[in-house]
Amino acid sequence: MPSDAALLWRQYRFERRLFWRNRSAAFFNFLLPLMFLALFGAIVHGHQSELDVIVPGIAGMSVMSTTFTALAYNLTFLREQGVLKRIRGTPLPSRVYLGGLALNAVTNTAIQIAIVVVAGRLVFNLGWPPQPLTLVVFVLVGVVAFALLGVALSHAIPSFDSAPAVVNGVFVPVILISGVFFDVKHVPDFLRDIAQALPLEPLINGLTGGLVAHHGALGHHLTALAVLGVWGLVGVVLAVRGFSWEARRS
Amino acid sequence: MASGEPAIEVHDLRKSYGELEAVRGIDFTVSRGEIYGLLGPNGAGKTSTVEILEGYRERSSGSVSVLGADPGARPRELRARVGIVLQSSGIYSHATVAEVLAHFASFYPHPREVGEVIALAGLEEKRDERTRTLSGGQKRRLDLALALVGDPELIFLDEPTTGFDPAARRGAWEAIRSLRDLGKTVLLTTHYLDEAQELADRVAIIKGGRILAEGSPAELGVGGGSRYRVAYAGADDEPTVIETDDPTRLLHELTGEALARGETLRSLSVTRPSLEDIYLELTADA
Repeated sequence: MPSDAALLWRQYRFERRLFWRNRSAAFFNFLLPLMFLALFGAIVHGHQSELDVIVPGIAGMSVMSTTFTALAYNLTFLREQGVLKRIRGTPLPSRVYLGGLALNAVTNTAIQIAIVVVAGRLVFNLGWPPQPLTLVVFVLVGVVAFALLGVALSHAIPSFDSAPAVVNGVFVPVILISGVFFDVKHVPDFLRDIAQALPLEPLINGLTGGLVAHHGALGHHLTALAVLGVWGLVGVVLAVRGFSWEARRS
Repeated sequence: MASGEPAIEVHDLRKSYGELEAVRGIDFTVSRGEIYGLLGPNGAGKTSTVEILEGYRERSSGSVSVLGADPGARPRELRARVGIVLQSSGIYSHATVAEVLAHFASFYPHPREVGEVIALAGLEEKRDERTRTLSGGQKRRLDLALALVGDPELIFLDEPTTGFDPAARRGAWEAIRSLRDLGKTVLLTTHYLDEAQELADRVAIIKGGRILAEGSPAELGVGGGSRYRVAYAGADDEPTVIETDDPTRLLHELTGEALARGETLRSLSVTRPSLEDIYLELTADA
């Protein structure tokens, strides 16, 4: 029987090849953060303090869209189309299959973060990340937490038709209140409290530490890291419970 | 591998979903190299039974053995020896037919040649096309090819021709018969009587979670009471149908009387009831 490692590598490469083949999806996947960077860079042109907010904000949005949004959509689609059930009937171990999907998503996260970092250096005058450790730790924990929450959200989506409404219904409000486009300081207290209890604001908090000078080392972002970690644990429980390999039939 | 051990053994299998008892004590055995048909109306318990054997569902009670293993434990070695064609299932739409088959082949310890499987499924001219460009019938043939690429000993076919036009059905039947020639064991579920009659060595008729009758299509046709039907049109052109166990004697009497009267029996026919007649009789709501 082929080894797990060999199968995982094959599965990952297959997913990557097909990801690039779906041109429009691949194009918009990488265009979106660049477009946001370009637009907001133009809007707040010359105001460094605002750029310091927007670049980590867009990095946080990239983590969320490549893991949470992508997996919630993809798993719903694969489940409703019967792909998951078909794979389950083959000797490919489930952990390898799901690992391939996750690695595919994480590769997109890495590419988007790289785009944001390079754009921050070349266009937005942020320099190279001053705290690479903080950046890497928050990206890793953020990826795990948001990927698991995306898997969990797919359980709550009854059909592929309803996926855009459900996913955007979560993604858009969270993006708006978590300080992607402005400093959370300017948000009313009750909304800020909500945002700080959700996972995206703590992620952006940590990414700000990693990407923007003078915002501190990892030690200054431990509260944010703890909140994100708790969401990761919640994600594990919700992702495993209610996981279905089959389309729902009423 | 090819021992006297049966491919599938099911004993007193039961499956409940809450209050609903979908399978209520089913027994059957499928020998190696046999095409066995589970025939019954929708909701009869066919799919529940097959999905327990495929390892998708857990049984409530009873014992099942598939190639000597318990499918409920989902052993990977068993999944490598079994091919499954589900009723409907999607596949990577941006991959080509050959790519998908090559990818699935990599899951198995001893896969078949991709080209060979493509030829078996009759998909040669589609081999480099993306799967989303395939017609419904071609997708079903790809499903069959995907189930065969691991070179399984046992193949589950769940309603393999539902929604096919007559020509596509004939083509699928050819492909399924070719599995017998390869020495494969096939468990087929269908609600088409002609399909069971055409393909299956033995058939179990299921309704309400129980097996009502089991045997070869021919045995099912002749078993039981008055199983020959003699029909003719008499002198007054009235069509007459008589059922009998002993058509030789009946024909002798009928033709003797007709000759004695100087008449002919027009439209004389002797038929055995088809599987369809048996099925309708057995599954009719009393």
